[in-house]
Amino acid sequence: MKTIFRGKKISGMLGVLPQTEVKFEDEVHNYNFPEKQTLRLKKIMGYEKHRIVKETTASSDFCVFGLNYMLEKELVKKDEIGGIIVVTTTPDYLLPHVSNVIHGECGLANDVICIDTNQGCAAFLHGLMQAFMLLEHMGDKKVILFTTDTLSKKVSVKDRNSYPLIGDAAGITVVENDFHAKDIHFNMYNDGSRREALIIPAGGSRLASSEETAVLRDLENDGNLRSLDNLKMNGAEVFTFVQTEVPILIDETLHFAERSKEDIDWFLFHQPNKFMLKKLADKLEIPYEKIPMNIVENYGNPSGASIPINIVHNLGQAVVENSYQCCLSAFGSGLTWGAMTIELGGMNFCEMLVSDY
Amino acid sequence: MEKIYEFLNELHPEYDFISNEGVIEDGVLDSFDIISLVTMIEEEYDVIFDALDIVPENFNSVESIANVIRKNGGTI
Repeated sequence: MKTIFRGKKISGMLGVLPQTEVKFEDEVHNYNFPEKQTLRLKKIMGYEKHRIVKETTASSDFCVFGLNYMLEKELVKKDEIGGIIVVTTTPDYLLPHVSNVIHGECGLANDVICIDTNQGCAAFLHGLMQAFMLLEHMGDKKVILFTTDTLSKKVSVKDRNSYPLIGDAAGITVVENDFHAKDIHFNMYNDGSRREALIIPAGGSRLASSEETAVLRDLENDGNLRSLDNLKMNGAEVFTFVQTEVPILIDETLHFAERSKEDIDWFLFHQPNKFMLKKLADKLEIPYEKIPMNIVENYGNPSGASIPINIVHNLGQAVVENSYQCCLSAFGSGLTWGAMTIELGGMNFCEMLVSDY
Repeated sequence: MEKIYEFLNELHPEYDFISNEGVIEDGVLDSFDIISLVTMIEEEYDVIFDALDIVPENFNSVESIANVIRKNGGTI
């Protein structure tokens, strides 16, 4: 789908992090590989430290914490909110929906629309698309987009391919109508035939979780211990997917927006790991300074919250005081890949919060 | 070629790459070994691998590794 959203803007953004920060070195002994071999990945992949939730924390906790902060500080008022959209792969329950948990905990009005969708690393682009479409019917009300994941609960601590890069977090984005806003060019693709490249085999209606699905095994004969309840990523396939599809997507989106790479101040991408981003930058011939790659080393890969965390960490107050031409791109499970050009600037706030979760 | 053997031995000292005449059996190098090897080679040979050359079939023998280095502008 390729389209232009007109008269829409992002007017505020919060990143919400868990309190617990774990260093890569402290987890090296968990993995079934020689320590020296594992430590070599630190620099290459950007494994330094990551943020992990407590066992009792659910995905909605970040969202409620962040929205309550926004309401207390009057960054947004309850009667301004027309809809809330939650995009997550780790809902609190199958029922009720995370958006309804937030709605109830924050005491929002009964005419506020609540939407949950399930999407992985492309969550932010997917969520913005839905928020922009919902705004067509919202008048002067705002939509709050929550991209939140606690994927550390779904990744085996004995999986060296995935666990070191996982980070839990939420991004909370306020989206609203503004007739003066610049056009947003949006482009998104899916390929369901490659859906098993990223999969959590058990826990859904296809295969219920059981004692059997919880047993850790070296299922792929690659030295990593996972259960069927855990995320399984085919790293080689995902790498090739990103390097094949994303450069074409970015070129196509910029062409659609009638922009050149030089017109873009910031390429704010989902950040799976440093190696993959460097290779993408090389392929796209984008200078490393224009494409931040520092999220995994600071927080881990926050999945659907990756782009908001990227924006808050790297731009922060700068997007309150200035305006930038940006190209956002996210890619992941589905397989799904998308990009948009958008002006980010003049926000009311852009802050990082550390929660006590 | 010596450097390639040196890098491979550093990654997997338990595997005898020389006796196997440079053939790397399936499962010896995982995707993270390949990424480590690419980084070592890029630093040693001052080359930048095209991302689409980072696929397992280019790393199943010492000869294929040498070929992909040459393809990406390295002298070996």
